[in-house]
Amino acid sequence: MRLLNERNIEDIALGAAVLGTGGGGDPYIGMLMAKQAIRDYGPVELYKLDELNDDDLIVPTAMMGAPTVMVEKMPNGDDIVNAFKSIGKYLGKPIRATMSIEAGGLNSVVPIYTAARLRLPLVDCDGMGRAFPEIQMVTQTIAGISATPMAMSDERGNTVLMETINNRWTERFARSVTIEMGAMAMIALYAATVRQLKTASVQGTISQAERIGVTIRSARQTEEDPVKTVREAVGGYLIFKGKIADVQRRTEAGFAKGDAFIDGIEEFAGKRLQMSFQNENLVAIIDETPVVTVPDLIATLDIDTGEPITTEGLRYGFRVAIIAMPCAPQWRTPAGLELVGPKYFGYDIPYVPVEERYG
Amino acid sequence: MRIGIDVGGTNTDAVVMDGTTIVSATKTPTTPNVGDGIVAALKQLIAQSGLQTDSIDGVMIGTTHFTNAIVERKHLQPTAVIRLGLPATVCLPPMVDFPDDLREAIGGRSFLAHGGHEFDGREISPFSEEEVRGIAREILASGIKAIAISSVFSPVNTIFEEKTAVIVKEIIPDANVTLSSKIGRIGLLERENAAILNACLRTLALRTVEGFKSALAEMKIDAPFYISQNDGTLMSADFAADYPVLTFASGPTNSMRGAAFLSGLKDAIVIDVGGTTTDVGVLQRGFPRVAALAVSIGGVRTNFRMPDTLSIGLGGGSLVRGEPVKVGPQSVGYEITSKALVFGGDTLTTTDIAVAAGYAQVGDASKVVGLDAATVATAQDRIEELVNNAVDRMKTSAAPMPVIAVGGGSILLKRPIVGASEVLMPPHFAVANAIGAAIAQIGGETDRIFSLAEMSRDDALATAKQEAIDKAVAAGANRDTVEIVEVEEVPLAYLPGNATRIMVKAVGDLMEATL
Repeated sequence: MRLLNERNIEDIALGAAVLGTGGGGDPYIGMLMAKQAIRDYGPVELYKLDELNDDDLIVPTAMMGAPTVMVEKMPNGDDIVNAFKSIGKYLGKPIRATMSIEAGGLNSVVPIYTAARLRLPLVDCDGMGRAFPEIQMVTQTIAGISATPMAMSDERGNTVLMETINNRWTERFARSVTIEMGAMAMIALYAATVRQLKTASVQGTISQAERIGVTIRSARQTEEDPVKTVREAVGGYLIFKGKIADVQRRTEAGFAKGDAFIDGIEEFAGKRLQMSFQNENLVAIIDETPVVTVPDLIATLDIDTGEPITTEGLRYGFRVAIIAMPCAPQWRTPAGLELVGPKYFGYDIPYVPVEERYG
Repeated sequence: MRIGIDVGGTNTDAVVMDGTTIVSATKTPTTPNVGDGIVAALKQLIAQSGLQTDSIDGVMIGTTHFTNAIVERKHLQPTAVIRLGLPATVCLPPMVDFPDDLREAIGGRSFLAHGGHEFDGREISPFSEEEVRGIAREILASGIKAIAISSVFSPVNTIFEEKTAVIVKEIIPDANVTLSSKIGRIGLLERENAAILNACLRTLALRTVEGFKSALAEMKIDAPFYISQNDGTLMSADFAADYPVLTFASGPTNSMRGAAFLSGLKDAIVIDVGGTTTDVGVLQRGFPRVAALAVSIGGVRTNFRMPDTLSIGLGGGSLVRGEPVKVGPQSVGYEITSKALVFGGDTLTTTDIAVAAGYAQVGDASKVVGLDAATVATAQDRIEELVNNAVDRMKTSAAPMPVIAVGGGSILLKRPIVGASEVLMPPHFAVANAIGAAIAQIGGETDRIFSLAEMSRDDALATAKQEAIDKAVAAGANRDTVEIVEVEEVPLAYLPGNATRIMVKAVGDLMEATL
């Protein structure tokens, strides 16, 4: 067990933006919430799964909805506490800790707020090892853990509890409740024991995000090549360096989709990379050949600073490095690929693990 | 005739313009009491040009005074914040992301009240007059006069902020109230921050505008005067006293607008090379492109309209050193006239390189005769690379664009710039700021979320454009000259009904009657 202070939160948020692979929502508001809660209630204990009892019950907390709304209508704070407590009440069991449902983007830091408010531990694991757009896209689903009972709370004090037949139905119902709650809801779901999470979650991802954040921050202070140090910190591969030549965007079914076209520089001169995104970066294609696809992670970094760039922030002229990281092993199983493989997102491309091409 | 004045941190520049002709220009030192510097500049200008003060139709002033006050935490008034949005937003109270010293400097009092809207226009909770009255009485008792009011989704619906202002003014008649919806865009904390910065500057703004007025009265200038905003348009002096925050970053804006005027170009890259840094910005239809992301001022994150400039560590005083040769970001700065080799100093700077390479004539060229030719060549390559990269980064498309160079350090830019169709160095570039102030227009802006399920995209755009045009006209623009200069559409992820955020800016010439 170790304690997380305000500085650690900043590092986690920065690293989470890398693991967010262009999406997951700007962690800024979540980071402020977590820092403020630590200021008010004290530091948060971060536990490894091994440090907890096998029968301990863990309930992740998160924000669901439009990140654009979250920057305007910020949560009350009691809402996320209500969602969390409702699950314990419904199950009639004590809950030992909370955790992140996704290590990438905004939801990496939101549960730190819950943990600080309730003086409960945070567990160093998550359900994605990255960010994904839908509820069922977690490693818990592969392990057969139900998203429900799920609690959704708004700032008025409303809580909706639901039981569904599978996690895709949870996503459907939750999406419409979110709209009624003002395009944003605070949620608690995927209750599971430590024993289950030892195989059903991606472990060590909060400290991984923190390590990445520390690396970017220290690269700013030294004169090292920040892209190289970040790549080493994440255990990833440099797949491209270039200049953004064009960005095309469109909205389909509420998702921000698009493609960025990047012209190679240095050792990649003469090549062109096309990156397709739907909230997150999904597929990278170099000169007609797909080189990395979801569920492996594709992050866009500013060449000069190593800072991650979101899909909304992609602009002509930016000099970027594209790095790819292997996803959690659960995603590479047939069940994992069915949930989040290239086919699910509409790409008729076979999945090839990134290290087979670059390792 | 128009007079343009730029009150900078170091110099006060002034120009007289007759239509599009520059009649006369001066540069005088800025004084602690800015009015004195303006009087001095005007005296010199009048002596130089023989100008009759009754032939002056308008005076346009650009100033960095208010930005500096925030950065230096000086002359700021104790300020209270009222935010409407309960029960939402409690976890992040107002000023949560302010630096501690600034929060202390303005007292840091804040109140949360019911109200606010959802993204689709529903109320979060009903407005409570009683609750707001209670808060206003508490503020009255504390003696605070500067009040910032914010409400969740006020860019969509301003009614709660307006109701609150009426009650506050009723209970505290001498309060000066700033509404967040008048200043910022979507993003509650950033918009509220901008409103707070505005509120705490109001007393200083009033005093400064009075100072400008008495300077003009002293010079017997009876023309209306205007202050320039960060988007390259003007506001009346009285409006500026109410919205000082809108002057933030008007300096770079004026210099870019001045560059546009001097070069006759409306779409171009502007490079302003100073002693320590180079600012690169983009002119689109004659106006600076606005930054898309949050901008921090004095440590506070805000989201109001700021020019999108890229600042790199290259200037006339940048150090040239090391093996392999490195240029900047360290600089001898204002000490260039004693430290650079060509001025008899012992430090190799970019100016020395430009002189050694033969394309700049400043100082004593004999001091750089013995420089290693390889060092000079490598330093030139490095400068070229820095400039090329910065220009390329700011471009919006791969097509070549003209580049306008202004600023004293632009002597460094003799080589062709990659991606530039031409490189222009217009005359009078040293007073581009004051010229930018003199030629500024009047603008109006709208920014809100439209549901494209309820109306077509064309209708939504037309509505937004009309709103922006009406706002420009209300601000004093001549309707016949108003045109739309900026349209931005951002589809919003995870929102139903194809919600799209549309931002439109319209500008036009000042009504002749007001000139």
